[in-house]
Amino acid sequence: MIDRLMPPGLKSPLDFSLRLPAFEIATLKNGVQVYQVNGGAEDVIKIDWVFEAGNVFENKNGVAAATRELINSGTSNKSAYDISNQFEYYGAYYSTAGFSENAVITVNSLTKHIGDLLSVVREILTDAAFPEDEVALYKQNRIQRLKVYLKKSEFLADRLVNEALFGADHPYGRKVEIEDIEKIDRESLIAFYKSYFQGGNCRIFVSGKFTEKVVSLLNEFFGDLKFTSKKKITPAALHPMKEKVLHRVVNREGVQGAIRLARTFPVLTDPDYKPALVLNTLLGGYFGSRLMSNIREEKGYTYGIYSYIQHYPDVGVWQVATEAGRDVAEAAIEESFKEMKVLCETKVQDDELKLVKNYMLGKRLASLDGPFKVMERIKGLVLNDVDQSFFEETVEVIKGVTADQLQELAVKYLQRKSFYNVLVI
Amino acid sequence: MINYSKFVLDNGLRVVVNEDNSTPLVVVNVLYDVGARDEDPDKTGFAHLFEHLMFGGSIHIPDYDSPLQIAGGENNAYTTNDITNYYCQLPAENIETAFWLESDRMLSLAFSRESLDVQKKVVSEEFKENYINQPYGDVWSLLREMTFKVHPYKWMTIGKDLSHIEKAKLKDVKDFFFKHYTPSNAILSVAGNVTTEQVKALAYKWFADIPAGPKYERHLPQEPDQTEKHFLEVKRKVPVDAFYKAWHGVAWNTPEYYSMDLLTDILGSGKSSRLFQSLVKEKKLFSNIDCYHLGSVDAGLVVIEGKLAKGVSFEDAEAGVDMELEKVKEEKLTEKDLEKLKNRVESALAFEDTSLKSRAADLAFFELRGDAGMINTVKDKYFAVTAEDIRAIGRKIFREENASVLWYRSEDASGLASEAELETENERHD
Repeated sequence: MIDRLMPPGLKSPLDFSLRLPAFEIATLKNGVQVYQVNGGAEDVIKIDWVFEAGNVFENKNGVAAATRELINSGTSNKSAYDISNQFEYYGAYYSTAGFSENAVITVNSLTKHIGDLLSVVREILTDAAFPEDEVALYKQNRIQRLKVYLKKSEFLADRLVNEALFGADHPYGRKVEIEDIEKIDRESLIAFYKSYFQGGNCRIFVSGKFTEKVVSLLNEFFGDLKFTSKKKITPAALHPMKEKVLHRVVNREGVQGAIRLARTFPVLTDPDYKPALVLNTLLGGYFGSRLMSNIREEKGYTYGIYSYIQHYPDVGVWQVATEAGRDVAEAAIEESFKEMKVLCETKVQDDELKLVKNYMLGKRLASLDGPFKVMERIKGLVLNDVDQSFFEETVEVIKGVTADQLQELAVKYLQRKSFYNVLVI
Repeated sequence: MINYSKFVLDNGLRVVVNEDNSTPLVVVNVLYDVGARDEDPDKTGFAHLFEHLMFGGSIHIPDYDSPLQIAGGENNAYTTNDITNYYCQLPAENIETAFWLESDRMLSLAFSRESLDVQKKVVSEEFKENYINQPYGDVWSLLREMTFKVHPYKWMTIGKDLSHIEKAKLKDVKDFFFKHYTPSNAILSVAGNVTTEQVKALAYKWFADIPAGPKYERHLPQEPDQTEKHFLEVKRKVPVDAFYKAWHGVAWNTPEYYSMDLLTDILGSGKSSRLFQSLVKEKKLFSNIDCYHLGSVDAGLVVIEGKLAKGVSFEDAEAGVDMELEKVKEEKLTEKDLEKLKNRVESALAFEDTSLKSRAADLAFFELRGDAGMINTVKDKYFAVTAEDIRAIGRKIFREENASVLWYRSEDASGLASEAELETENERHD
């Protein structure tokens, strides 16, 4: 008979060798850098074109997102349909994503078809036309989408907490309203496109299974374009709200409240950042966290509760987020602050700290599985302007951080009075 | 080609292995052949509630998650109308931890009353978060009730009604476990940096002594052919009118399933799809539109759904949809259309195979349906579909007497309370 009470032996995740795999950088004729991670069994490829074209650069609300989303809506030779069909015919996926600083255009494809797709991406980047009827249709649809989002308490809570943290006039705190979308016109899109895509700063990230031919194709299609070097952004001044407790009832019949507890936090390069990742995991960063164990698994107030550390170039945010039953939302907030207080007052026990460390190291091992995931890591480092040693340093901090250090950090950052307390029903 | 090998234990547990030495990880996946369709009509939502309880401690191990996290692993699970699937991903060296945990909860749960009480609340919050406190949250409950009169697909996985979950008793939990969570109703699949020999040894060690238990025989009431069109109009506090039209499709094990899949793809996938191009871009009837099928094992639904463009009537929107459907019923697809569909299948399958988790889940699913080897032959089934097949399945499915239409009407155009109103309701809690 086997002894089912005895857990099997383990290789401790502390003993894993966690090193970021090697990657290559090629430079196109025009100086554009192409980061590459090659590997995997399937003949698939992913290419990201990253532009400094995020919403911090817009001078009219909503223009950065509209430019990015309409960039493929027609050129002087191709209609929006021709462009979509070119990707979809080959089974490829074209998508875009927007962040505060950056805008990303991504193509996922079978490697054998990528040559047929790069010419279209070139056309998008050099000759986007922003046809009037496409702009009008986009505005109508985006307004409809926004109207639906405005019905969601979690969306309203996110907007409110960002406004509270940064100020209504700050790029991270600004709200895009229906009137803003109505005001978007073709001219402002073209102007944004010319400054930030066509003549902007571009970096390329290629991952998957491919040969050197892909780099020569990238040179052929993008090596002659006149991109510019990285801009220096002056961070906007923060205008945080004075009032910390922001509780709102928007939907009288709402059965749940969206809760956001948030404070600003130092940037990625601050010495507190790496150990705070461990403290955050302990608090609300994984399924077994203090918040989950108490508020979901013990009290059943919510389907899920998590905490995060987010980072912008000039500031970070530490946030707890959940949706809880309307009648227990207040209690969920109190319990969240109580868990923070416990971390300030009581040192974490060895067993729990070991579990959190192992979990985090296992996560990092999994994040290096396959070329796409490795590239996500590398892209994160490159776009945040940190050295690749950042990954290994973080691993060392996770392995070495002590209960005393975590308690000090909790006392420094997890004070109730520093947090905005947002509840939207 | 995905390599795989398989074997069966004496207690009926089927095991499939995919060896991949390029990864430091392993995924251990356990699929149980039970879903919401196997529920009692008075106890809907039970399969999903049960999935939550599977994390509430097993007979020898009080806490499932912690030992896995100590091993550097993570896990999750999902329930559909057809199956319940559990997986954990962990460093390959620590694979045995997953075998220990999964075998213990297949042997027996702890059946803790406390866990049941808490998970009932958690699932209630999940219900509220996704189906009550969301605009359009009740659409699926309405559509399923309209389209299925006898087949248990008539309720959602989360359950028909919150009260069913609230009423769940510990005895129901035990009965459900011993009926469905037996080795003969399960498939264990393992993908990652392991060898079949290693998996054999571990499977015998941890799973072989679990009693076989009864084999669950499924006798579900089959949905009779629908003979007349169903129609429902509702008014809700949503900002935009939404249109839904659903038809009964074909079952997973029919050759026509692949034609149906491609039909929905040509109609509704992507911005170059027919419905988007015609009804959003050219005729401007919808602001967005989708066409998809539910991918269910028994005959499920093909659905077209879209939000109406401002000022468009439901009548005009539906006429626009019907006109596009007439085209696929009349005109055969061109060679170029077919080529596109096949490129898309090839690409989707290749991307799916890059993920260890989806490889493990697919192998288990295909083995349950008869043969894990289908993971490698499914592409051929799609490639064998002809233009005539697609026209034929269009004619079979898109018939008015087979259709159900839901007009989901917005009753307050203004949407939100005004900002001024928000301010007055700003409560203070300091």
